Amino acid sequence: MSMLTRKGLRDLWHVRTQALAIACVIAGGVATLVMSRSTLESLSNTRALFYQEEALADLWAPLKRAPDTLLPRLASVPGVQAAETRLLANATLNVAGFEEPARGDIVSLPLDGGQPLLNRVHLVSGRLPDPDADAEILLGEAFAQAHRLQLGDSLRLILQGHATTMRIVGIGTSPEYVYQSPPGAAFPDFQRFAVLWMNRHAMEKALDMDGAFNNVVFRLRTGAIAEAVASEVDGLLARYGGVGAYGRHEQTSARYLEEELRQLRTMATLFPVIFLGVAAFLVHVVLMRLLSTQREQVGVLKAFGYGNRTLAVHYLGIATWIAAGGALLGIALGTALGSWLAHVYQGIYRFPFLTYRLSLGATALGLAVSFAAACGGALLALRAAAALPPAEAMRAAAPSRFGATILERLGFQRWLSPSARIAIRDLERRPGRASITLAGLAMACAVMTVGRFQGDAIDRMVNVQLSIAQTHDIEVNFVDLAPRGAVFELAALPGVREAEPVRSAPVRLVHGLRSYRTTLEGLPPNARLRRPVDAKLRRVEPQSNDLLLTDYLGTMLDLKAGDLLDIQALDGHRHRREMRVSGFVHEYIGARGYMDLDSLNRQLGDGDVISGVLLGVAPGAEPDVYLRLSRRPRVMGIASRLASVRSFYATMGESMLIFSLVAALLGAVINFGVVYNAARISLSERGRELASLRVLGMTRAEVGGLLLGQLGLLVFLSLPCGLVAGWALCWLMARGFQSELFRVPAVLSTATYAFAAITVLAASGLSALLVYRRISRLDLVAVLKTRE
Amino acid sequence: MSPSPLPSQPAPVFRARGLTKVYRMGEVEVHALRGVDLDLFPGEFVVLLGPSGSGKSTLLNILGGLDAPTGGEVWYVDHCLTGADDRALTQFRREHVGFVFQFYNLIPSLTARENVAIVTDLAERPMRPEEALDRVGLGDRLDHFPAQMSGGEQQRVAIARAIAKRPAVLLCDEPTGALDSSTGIRVLETLEQVNAELGTTTVVITHNAGIGAMAHRVLYLADGRIVREVRPPRRTPARELNW
Repeated sequence: MSMLTRKGLRDLWHVRTQALAIACVIAGGVATLVMSRSTLESLSNTRALFYQEEALADLWAPLKRAPDTLLPRLASVPGVQAAETRLLANATLNVAGFEEPARGDIVSLPLDGGQPLLNRVHLVSGRLPDPDADAEILLGEAFAQAHRLQLGDSLRLILQGHATTMRIVGIGTSPEYVYQSPPGAAFPDFQRFAVLWMNRHAMEKALDMDGAFNNVVFRLRTGAIAEAVASEVDGLLARYGGVGAYGRHEQTSARYLEEELRQLRTMATLFPVIFLGVAAFLVHVVLMRLLSTQREQVGVLKAFGYGNRTLAVHYLGIATWIAAGGALLGIALGTALGSWLAHVYQGIYRFPFLTYRLSLGATALGLAVSFAAACGGALLALRAAAALPPAEAMRAAAPSRFGATILERLGFQRWLSPSARIAIRDLERRPGRASITLAGLAMACAVMTVGRFQGDAIDRMVNVQLSIAQTHDIEVNFVDLAPRGAVFELAALPGVREAEPVRSAPVRLVHGLRSYRTTLEGLPPNARLRRPVDAKLRRVEPQSNDLLLTDYLGTMLDLKAGDLLDIQALDGHRHRREMRVSGFVHEYIGARGYMDLDSLNRQLGDGDVISGVLLGVAPGAEPDVYLRLSRRPRVMGIASRLASVRSFYATMGESMLIFSLVAALLGAVINFGVVYNAARISLSERGRELASLRVLGMTRAEVGGLLLGQLGLLVFLSLPCGLVAGWALCWLMARGFQSELFRVPAVLSTATYAFAAITVLAASGLSALLVYRRISRLDLVAVLKTRE
Repeated sequence: MSPSPLPSQPAPVFRARGLTKVYRMGEVEVHALRGVDLDLFPGEFVVLLGPSGSGKSTLLNILGGLDAPTGGEVWYVDHCLTGADDRALTQFRREHVGFVFQFYNLIPSLTARENVAIVTDLAERPMRPEEALDRVGLGDRLDHFPAQMSGGEQQRVAIARAIAKRPAVLLCDEPTGALDSSTGIRVLETLEQVNAELGTTTVVITHNAGIGAMAHRVLYLADGRIVREVRPPRRTPARELNW
């Protein structure tokens, strides 16, 4: 070992606590990078593999009913490689011991008893139902797990009003249902929504669809344009009640998963940049300080003939050790966190397997960026030292120049104690360092707010969407459009306090070249259970014959109030109408249109009909109402609003809590790194000054106040900056996350601000305490003799 | 200034008996003080002379409450400093002792006035910082920062800072060590004047035997003991000193 290496190691040992603090910040950055990239890549790879292995379709076309003989024509549409018909149905499920009804999507399996060509089921356990046994089902794994259902258990299924008991013979998952949310809901609910696979034959009988299908899926040839194929298919299916074919980007599960990966990608960029930026700054100031205490040594070494390059390598070596330590710690931490996060995702996105791999790219990038940050910081510090001629380097640095600060020039000096002046002048003399410290502290605070942002945003979404805009308890959907009189029938059920009709009509909205497939909701005048609101949460009523649109949809379709919009109904008489947009509705989940029910019925020409009823139910009456509803043949689905909110919190609650803890921890690490280093540097720079004051009779506390007061001021100033920066980060994330599926509001609760502020203060206090203990070790005697 | 007789006050400000101090430097024991008896009287100007390592600074540090002796006792008037804790020693320094360091140890970010004020803020009935600076001849440099002053001026600010709280004793460790001779003499004149006008007991450590001529009493230290005590028959005013 060369003498210089030995010296480097000892110098490193000398600043070990500071080095550790920097390494922790680097580790935080590398860990977030490795975690998010590894999770992203693992999920992307798993998705690709699962989609490929189980043959996810490229195009879906739902319709009312068409004979199987149409298949050859569908398969011969240009661009189609394969087509497969099937039956889909909604059912109500009753699980023993679970009072509420659950909804199920039933998918038919081919007549031959084998796997379908497309959207195959990945069997987790058991087997496919026997083609000749009508009472066997294959159950989705998520629902099975949520209810602890096992092979051989039975399940009561109400299909078209007929209840049958089915035996579970297999449990599986499908690439079509990686993300499983009940129709109309934005979040998964594994207890109340199930996917089931049944024999085609049994379904044909139950649905009275012998030799017919109501859904067809396609695989496209490479290079085929999905939109072109879809429009050809729509043409063929128009007379069979086709409601418009759509590709993967409109398929709920695929769309949500894509959206999630996009969000993960945003986080994988944002967080590591913050952490590694702060780490680079810390390395810079620590090495700068180390070099300034070693100024004379640098001079002596240069006088002996060590070149600038050798010395640069020597000091870079110290930075490299810190970077390497931080990066390795970060990679280990990131790998662990990533595999944990991937498993959390696996609980929400139902992949049957997860190929978790440490992202080599992210690891390499993490190492490279850590070294770049450390060496970049070191090189900046070294530049000044290298420029000095040896003789000058060996002399002590000239005393720093100070002047009156702006505050004092403005006449505020009367209110400033000498201690305050010391603090303020020092800040003003090194505005760069002070502002970077401030920025680091603000970032730490911001990171903590971001950790709780998800929870706050969802609280707001749930609050607005479910307590103000949708106040019903139960939503009932009919199998087919029903006469309006059905409302009174349901209103008469015991326990029902209010009942309001709703018609949800599938439409394609077209404005110029832009179009979007969604639903138009027809609401009665003065509806109480569903009340669209504007951005200020004021109620908006649909005007007769005019249309209200979700504001995000307005932007998507480039519409402003008063514009005309082309409406293509996708069911019933499939009328095309031009309607005026009279205003916009503020919604966080989904994107749709609202109309007056009577006007909608007039425009679509299907008579005075409704597709469902919203119910307000007396407290405690829900189970009874469920039971009565589930016996009605025309009732297709029943959803409990509050139950789905509860379930959502149960699904997401844990992961949100862990997220906020991790973010708080990372924020605290940055905060500790910044405060501890700033205080240590300040202590070593001002040690002599402080020891002199101790000799002159200042107590330890007074001297501590002088040293830490300045930092306290910075921490104090950093709080508002951090909260604003946190809000800005959340706003940036909310912008990045918004899509027609949902818009995350950029809101932070007071509790979040308080949490961030308190954690900042606690972390700062802790590091201040560590430094304060060193004040008692100041060598009072040495001060009298030494010149800095 | 004419030579003045030793003020005849019976009770000493400081009384040290049998002071010993042993430092452990790695595996070696260094006996910095080997039994020192000393009385310092009010208004006295004492110069401690001796080569490096003779124990001057150790003695000064113990008197000033910066260090504790290994053996023996020190009394300040009626307070026993031996065995006092950090809090008590801090309080002692705060109320009774003024220090002047070789390298001034001013706070670079404070002006002359503020450097004095930071100490007067702690004191019971201090002089105003302006008055203290006026006494050391810096009444016109109140708002200068350390970087804007010469070494001698900085040292005089340090003296003003030390005397502003009206300490009973002024302890100066090589106050002229970092200065050239004419600047050093200006600093000594200031100390002489403070001693005469305020009656502050003043102890000056130096290598420079010439300075002894301005003292009431000169103590020679060697090997941790006071080996000789001289009372100059006639005190030489600082401005007439030469080295």
